[in-house]
Amino acid sequence: MPRRFEILLLLPAGVFLLAFLLVPMAVLVPVAGSGRLGWSAYLAVLTEPRYRATMVSTLMVAAATTGLTLMIATVAAQFLATRRFVGRDLLVAMLTFPLAFPGVVVGFMVILLGGRLGLVAQASEAMIGERIVFAYSLTGLLVGYLYFSIPRVILTVMAAVETLDPALVEAARSLGAGPLRIQRDIVLPALAPALTAAGALCFATAMGAFGTAFTLATRIDVLPMVIYTEFTLGGNVAVAAALSIALGLVTWAALALARNATGSVAAAG
Amino acid sequence: MRITTLAAGLLTVLVAAFLVMPAVVSMVAGVSVSYARGVSECLTLDWIVEVWRLYADTIVRSIAIALATVAVTLLIGVPAAYALVRRGGRLARVAEEIVTLPLAVPGLALALALIITYGGVRDLRGSSAFIVIGHVLYTLPFMLRSVMAVLQSIDWRLLDEGAASLGASPWRRFVDVVLPNARPGILAGALTVVTLSIGEFNLTWMLHTPLTKTLPVGLADSYASMRLEIASAYTLVFFLMIVPLLVAMQMLSRIGARREARP
Repeated sequence: MPRRFEILLLLPAGVFLLAFLLVPMAVLVPVAGSGRLGWSAYLAVLTEPRYRATMVSTLMVAAATTGLTLMIATVAAQFLATRRFVGRDLLVAMLTFPLAFPGVVVGFMVILLGGRLGLVAQASEAMIGERIVFAYSLTGLLVGYLYFSIPRVILTVMAAVETLDPALVEAARSLGAGPLRIQRDIVLPALAPALTAAGALCFATAMGAFGTAFTLATRIDVLPMVIYTEFTLGGNVAVAAALSIALGLVTWAALALARNATGSVAAAG
Repeated sequence: MRITTLAAGLLTVLVAAFLVMPAVVSMVAGVSVSYARGVSECLTLDWIVEVWRLYADTIVRSIAIALATVAVTLLIGVPAAYALVRRGGRLARVAEEIVTLPLAVPGLALALALIITYGGVRDLRGSSAFIVIGHVLYTLPFMLRSVMAVLQSIDWRLLDEGAASLGASPWRRFVDVVLPNARPGILAGALTVVTLSIGEFNLTWMLHTPLTKTLPVGLADSYASMRLEIASAYTLVFFLMIVPLLVAMQMLSRIGARREARP
């Protein structure tokens, strides 16, 4: 096989990625060490209380998003995959149509839901005479990330549920296993690879997402927001670079772990 | 019906309502005279006209950037996908790992790296081309995977060898034999790239300048500073742009599934 031909085919993409991916990422590394803190900027995310608190709250929001999304998607996907009923297609369409919404639009949806003029505020005022507003906080961010993740994860889990052998569940039921027992011993082990892959992707996206937090409030302290404010408002390029590298390592590790666990490449969104 | 089934169904319906309700509110608010007074008053297209007056440039620019992005990903991604499938082995896996890196690294970090490296090149920094570069980085993995998946599912080697035995050069075989057979993957990849590019915000927010605002950047701007009706109308315009792309993608995957089902 002519090797030169293959090299020529790869060349344009190779040059592009070298110039705009590998070189810039390599440049980021020394920049992170060039600031007031020197190379210890890399440790700032662990040593400086403010950044550490941000890292912890970002990890917690991402973990909560992942856990809740997986639970909801597992229940909904099983309900939808095994049944045929009137309106099922409509329900699936309703659950998956926000797939292409970018983070900013999701943020706006949260404002319409839990903002000062939102649906929840109106409903709660009518019922208990008090406006419940949750959009401009970590709760709002969590709701936004659920809005963003549920459609993606449901699609993956539904595909996995469809490959599940219904005879196994039937057999377990006829042997007297209750619904929880069936979930624990049969369904969840079978779905584990899909749940791991979808969960890791969900976690990585929630860690690195920026648009939703940006729309909701600049005061929400999650890592991407802090990177943004350090860079644009604080002019603190070194810390922004160090935090970016820390964030990139966490998301990359989450995806790599999941890939090793499942042996398949997770598609991202 | 069992109680657990009932509970699962209820949860599913509630989640669907959670996803759909704010989108419906936004669409209705975009064509209502006043959100506070409710829909019953009357409907209007004034807000849409206002959005066009304020933000037409962002809409046009987003479409242009999406088309440029898809052109670049086609030009550099399709040949690369073919080379990686041909080659296989460890080298191809390493190359794929590098290409898919922008999916694992947050867009914000990537944009920061681009600005630190090329921010000094004023002509590039101030032009839409800078945004196109970011979008290509982010969408290239999708094009690559889509084309590679199709090539791996067809027997490209048999086709390639057949054409070779007839005396066709490698380039001829690539253009005349491999490309037509990879068309479903190329088309699906292109639709994905356009959809992602039009909605991209994480990178774009860092890379844009006041003169190169895109649709999502304009959306963020309107959410922060415009009245709810204008923000809603603008979101409605975005929905109208994105829905046909999604429908086309769905149709394409359905055709693909049917083709596979046939023996």
